[in-house]
Amino acid sequence: MKRQLPIAITFILGFVLTLQYFIPHRSFEIVYEVTNIWLQIIGFFAMILGILSLVMLHWDKIQYKKTNWGYSIVTLVSLVGITLVGVIGTEESPAFNWLYNYILAPISATMFALLAFFIASAAYRAFRARTIIATILLLAAIIVMMGRVPIGSIISFGIFPKLSDILLNYPNVAAKRAILMGVGLGAAATGLKVMLGIERSYMGSD
Amino acid sequence: MYFFERITKFDRRIIFLVIGLSVILPLLFRVDMPVDVTQEVKNVYDRIDELPEGSIIVLPCEYAPDTMAELEPMLFAVLRHCFRKNIRVIGCGFFVTGVTLVEQELRQIAKEEGKVYGKDYIFLGYRPYPAVVIMSMGQDFRQSFPEDYYGTPLDSLPMMKNVKNYKDTKLVLTINATSGVDYWIIYGHERYGFPLAIGVTAVMAADYYSYLNSGQIVGIIGGLKGAAEYEKLIGQGDLATMGMNIQSFVHLVIVLFIVIGNVGYLMTRKKRKGLE
Repeated sequence: MKRQLPIAITFILGFVLTLQYFIPHRSFEIVYEVTNIWLQIIGFFAMILGILSLVMLHWDKIQYKKTNWGYSIVTLVSLVGITLVGVIGTEESPAFNWLYNYILAPISATMFALLAFFIASAAYRAFRARTIIATILLLAAIIVMMGRVPIGSIISFGIFPKLSDILLNYPNVAAKRAILMGVGLGAAATGLKVMLGIERSYMGSD
Repeated sequence: MYFFERITKFDRRIIFLVIGLSVILPLLFRVDMPVDVTQEVKNVYDRIDELPEGSIIVLPCEYAPDTMAELEPMLFAVLRHCFRKNIRVIGCGFFVTGVTLVEQELRQIAKEEGKVYGKDYIFLGYRPYPAVVIMSMGQDFRQSFPEDYYGTPLDSLPMMKNVKNYKDTKLVLTINATSGVDYWIIYGHERYGFPLAIGVTAVMAADYYSYLNSGQIVGIIGGLKGAAEYEKLIGQGDLATMGMNIQSFVHLVIVLFIVIGNVGYLMTRKKRKGLE
């Protein structure tokens, strides 16, 4: 029963929801509407589970003073602190906006801004024309990088932007489309395996 | 050390310094560079420009402060265009750390353009699980958002009278730095058939040309360059136009470093082969 019931629910819901996509009848629309509401309710409980799991994991780290346990204190204090400020104050609360504007926003913007420096250093060290494939990749990268900025157009008399457009619209689209088709077919096959109970890893191991 | 070997081994601090200077100098000595408008950005502009006054567009913004340098100018330019054409905007955000930011930005431009909340624009705020919310908004916006960001029931907002779902809007334009773009294509456009345009970071843009090519999306505003193009189209150069100068120099410097590194590598390899 522990195994059969989830498989039965998955099969019935999977089958009905797949079917409703192709049948534009009111009854199937109702099924779709109701399941959308269910999804949001289930999602809410999943969020509670996520928070509980996060708290337990970090509490465990603090309790047994595991590696980097200090960061776990920061995580838990931030979680509780920002939640309290958000819940007690209104969404327009100055404290909430202050925390957002003067802590979260500068931290995340700074972290991302640092990437430019590391990317430059990594590109200089790692982007080498070692093989023909690597050379093609290198040339494509240079063309797109220069084709996407005005200076590229100026120094190449408009050639870089044109070449960049060709690269983005033809080889890029061809490769991306092939990948998307593969991913789509793979997802459909996996969905079918889950519905038919062949793929059961989502139930966890016993 | 052999010269060509030396140029393959610059200290990373030198690289950091040069990159830093190529960001700061164009800020101090402003050089205005011409921005060419690409078709994919013009498509988005034209689609909005052709809308009759009073039309409604949905503007989901899913980004946080980390990508704000690229996407904030994009949002500003699009909002200015919409508000100047008297197109009404339904804003929302499904990225938890970006909601406060987007709300502030929306309010700022609306104030600049003299627009009134509830009449010319609204902000729905955040709901988790974007795919589910996108689908439920296709049934009724009120299903996921019975109230707006400020807790006002949607039915009491004048703009939302007779507006039920995507069918009552003319375009969905998502400004997005997440995989939420795929959700808008798969669960939104494919299911409900609304016209969809996207504004994404430069690094994401290449992924969506196949959707543009197949006609599933109307157009792409890609990165800071796309935002600068949009600013040019609305005739108001701002953050993105200024940012393009900086980006131009930084790209040029990175390309120069790559070229220097490769010249050094190839010459060193040639010398090694000669010695063998």
